[in-house]
Amino acid sequence: MAKIVVDVMLKPEILDPQGVAVSAALPRLGFTFAKSVRQGKRFEIEVDGEPTPAQLAEVAKAAETLLANPVIETFTVRVEK
Amino acid sequence: MKIGVVTFPGTLDDRDAARAATHAGTMAISLWHNDADLKGVDAVILPGGFSYGDYLRCGAISRFAPVMEKIIDAANGGMPLLGICNGFQVLCEAHLLPGALTRNHELHFLCRDQKLEITNNQTAWTSSYSVGQEIVIPLKNGEGSFQCDDAILAALEGEGRIIARYVGKNPNGSRNKIAGITNARGNVVGLMPHPEHAIDTLTGPTADGLGFFTSVLKALVK
Repeated sequence: MAKIVVDVMLKPEILDPQGVAVSAALPRLGFTFAKSVRQGKRFEIEVDGEPTPAQLAEVAKAAETLLANPVIETFTVRVEK
Repeated sequence: MKIGVVTFPGTLDDRDAARAATHAGTMAISLWHNDADLKGVDAVILPGGFSYGDYLRCGAISRFAPVMEKIIDAANGGMPLLGICNGFQVLCEAHLLPGALTRNHELHFLCRDQKLEITNNQTAWTSSYSVGQEIVIPLKNGEGSFQCDDAILAALEGEGRIIARYVGKNPNGSRNKIAGITNARGNVVGLMPHPEHAIDTLTGPTADGLGFFTSVLKALVK
């Protein structure tokens, strides 16, 4: 069984108020390392056997159709061992 | 004239939308998200709420409900279609309208009476207003910030497709204070604030919202 991971992020030009709020909370807790924070979504999809290129293409299609909104978001598809 | 009001699981404002449609002199027909049947309606309202719990993204799952396939076809054929709040989000996810609605820029859920300026009265849903007219109707949402790229924004501005803007301080970070937009044909309108909650002063802050529903009646009778 393999795991296909789809990461979805807001496009850089789209304001991410949640990331800004996290970024503001970190220094209050003494964590001063962050210049900025962006928050995204991660989908973990289990499939039987090794994913084929066709299967990955199908996942990318699903990501474009449903998991991400290409108007405001970008996504990446990868296989996690 | 029959106006369909769609109920998705999690829809809140279907009753008020139906009441507003009735108040304006049309017959309101309930449409269920899981029925691929428009019951012969002449126009459709996608009301506000939290369809499918706003899971994934607001409107992202509702957009693929069986009733939406029929509604998208009918809207592409010219049927008047109004999306209010969550309905506006569904219209953007369905690509019937450009752009997307994102989290309010200060992260707060807003619930208040909001002043708007009507900026286009040539659509199926805004002909009862005059351009420049100011109205006050409730605004209540957490993800009402209208976002799109510069090219789309320029097109919306250039083609006069912004139907209403917020007056005063920008409540949610929407680009160019956009509260509502229309498609090129003018039959599909998305609006973040709620005209259906302001159709009489017994239940709303004003009766300013009724014009959206009398407008569509005029458009259908024509």
